[in-house]
Amino acid sequence: MHLMYFTEQPMSAYPQEEGEKFGYTALLFPNKFFDPVAASRLYQERLEEYLYAEEMGVDGIMLNEHHNAPFCMQAKVNIFAAILAAMTKRVKIVLLGNPLPIADNPVRLAEELAMIDLISKGRLVSGFVRGGGVESLATNANPAYNRERFVEAHDLIIKTWTQPGPFRWEGNHYHFRVVNPWVLPLQKPHPRVWIPGVVSRETIVWAAEHRYPYIILNAPLEECKKIWQLYDEAAARVGYKAGPEQRGYLIRCHVAETEEKAIENAKQFMWMQGEFTGLTHPLWAAPAGYLGEWARRPLAEYRVGRRKQTMPPFEKQLETMSIIAGTPKQVVEKLRIIIEETRPSILALWGNDGKVSHEDSMTCIRLLGQEVMPALREIGEKLDLKSPFEANTPVSLACTPPHELMATAAL
Amino acid sequence: MARTWIEEVAEVAGGKISFLQGGTGEPLLILHRDIGNPGWLPFYERLAQRFTVYVPSHPGFDKSDRPDWMRSVRDMAIVYQWFLKTLQLRELYGVGLGLGGWIAAEMATMNPYLWKRLCLVSAMGIQPTRGEIMDQFLVYTTDYIKAGFYDQTKCDELYGKEPDIDQLVRWEINREMTTRIAWKPYMFNQALPILLRGVDTPTLIVWGREDRIAPVNCGERYMQALPHAQFVVLNRCGHFVEVEKPEELAMLIVEEFGREPARS
Repeated sequence: MHLMYFTEQPMSAYPQEEGEKFGYTALLFPNKFFDPVAASRLYQERLEEYLYAEEMGVDGIMLNEHHNAPFCMQAKVNIFAAILAAMTKRVKIVLLGNPLPIADNPVRLAEELAMIDLISKGRLVSGFVRGGGVESLATNANPAYNRERFVEAHDLIIKTWTQPGPFRWEGNHYHFRVVNPWVLPLQKPHPRVWIPGVVSRETIVWAAEHRYPYIILNAPLEECKKIWQLYDEAAARVGYKAGPEQRGYLIRCHVAETEEKAIENAKQFMWMQGEFTGLTHPLWAAPAGYLGEWARRPLAEYRVGRRKQTMPPFEKQLETMSIIAGTPKQVVEKLRIIIEETRPSILALWGNDGKVSHEDSMTCIRLLGQEVMPALREIGEKLDLKSPFEANTPVSLACTPPHELMATAAL
Repeated sequence: MARTWIEEVAEVAGGKISFLQGGTGEPLLILHRDIGNPGWLPFYERLAQRFTVYVPSHPGFDKSDRPDWMRSVRDMAIVYQWFLKTLQLRELYGVGLGLGGWIAAEMATMNPYLWKRLCLVSAMGIQPTRGEIMDQFLVYTTDYIKAGFYDQTKCDELYGKEPDIDQLVRWEINREMTTRIAWKPYMFNQALPILLRGVDTPTLIVWGREDRIAPVNCGERYMQALPHAQFVVLNRCGHFVEVEKPEELAMLIVEEFGREPARS
């Protein structure tokens, strides 16, 4: 298994009552409430925690990116990736990921990622995302062309990495006279691409059709089964049998020395959920054209109150294992169920968020790395859950040898 | 009362354009707003007493097919030239409402002999120097539309106090198409004021004084750009002039379009 540590990097040091008064804490929530002194401290703490996570034995550090909202301080995922490329020695740097549609220059993105791969000596996993609706609005990227830009930017980056330049790119949304960057990734044929998500069926199918691992972001277990079915069917259509090496899962999981302490800190995940769903304007989350035609009616029903989207209370989320909290022994038993049910080879543990102190975050990381993850590896071995690295899976369908495809197609 | 209008379809640029047609007399084209065409309005009926009125739904709006290739309001204006050719309409009167006003203005810059006379009603298309055009993409469509009315009862009469799901879905379809062609820069073309100087079509510009969507200053800028324009601002009226003041607006248009000669 590939076991990662994740945090949203919340900018928790802002007056929460101001957010509640304003009604939303995204996009238009005034940035006069941003506290640069606290933010600088928080960045230092997160960096220290990432370095400690490597020391404690995690396989990967997962990073992400969001804009105009205090729930995530990473306005450019490649910045922290570059820092970790230089400051860590062993961990995979897993970007989940760069929001492609908001990039006006995918070639430059390909260059940045190549630099990160070179500096880290080939430890980059380059995930790509569509970005949320707020990302489109904050960067003024037309949401109606979000998916088209995602696909075209991806194709251009892969071509930049794999086909010798110079070449010309005259696409639908991107146009380049010369693509010939003087920096290319160390990993061949190119760094691994993983695709995180939970909302769009189109993205699940697209990931499967490219043989890219799909990382389910904390969806309920029942939902996971439907996602894997969709993924597996798409994989079979293009000629390979999907397995654990294409399956990833992100789960909120806080560990402490005592159960009481762990549960107390895990309540901070609710702060995050309030930020993410409760206090984000539904319109900004799904601007016009961002989702497919299927979304028009549900969004309208939501608008008139006929459809509700409410987060279950904390206790319910603990019960359904949407949030896991406890001592190492307690969380291992719950994670065992999740692993057995969903059979992922890539597992990201979302350890700390909200206002969990730096000290408690460090304890959580130590317990995750030294006690929880070794036990999970044993479970993974028993279930034969080999990560893409262990199974040496081709990085994509395009890079899969034809004979292998024919063999799997016959299955 | 018997229906005085018909619904037709024209094949244009590889897609269907749905349009309403009613009345008798010289042809008059009405180009609707970004929220779509709400149906055969009393304002259209009033004009149909004097003109043959055509009200197409823009490509991608209401029942008209969405042209996936279309990226700009200029593309839209060109498709409308094609639409007019299909209907064999050469010189005609034009009324552009909001986004439709922007399209009509672009059409005028492409073909200065197209419009006999033109009326632009709270038209988008030119960046105001004072204030900003309200950004519909940051608010719910219902809030956007409410902001466009000075008298909320007129809004309720047209759409009901709580618009139903089907109406919300229709607005969403229209908002998607608006996103596709007018996202950035939002609701204006920086070249338009310069190009309009070459248009000598007599133009009536009408605005509601309490327009919270397109500032009155947009109308003033149209006045500055168009060599033969006159400007009328209606009191106690918001953005949706044709719904709030249908009679006054129709009278202004009939009077203006009835003047001879049509062109100086």
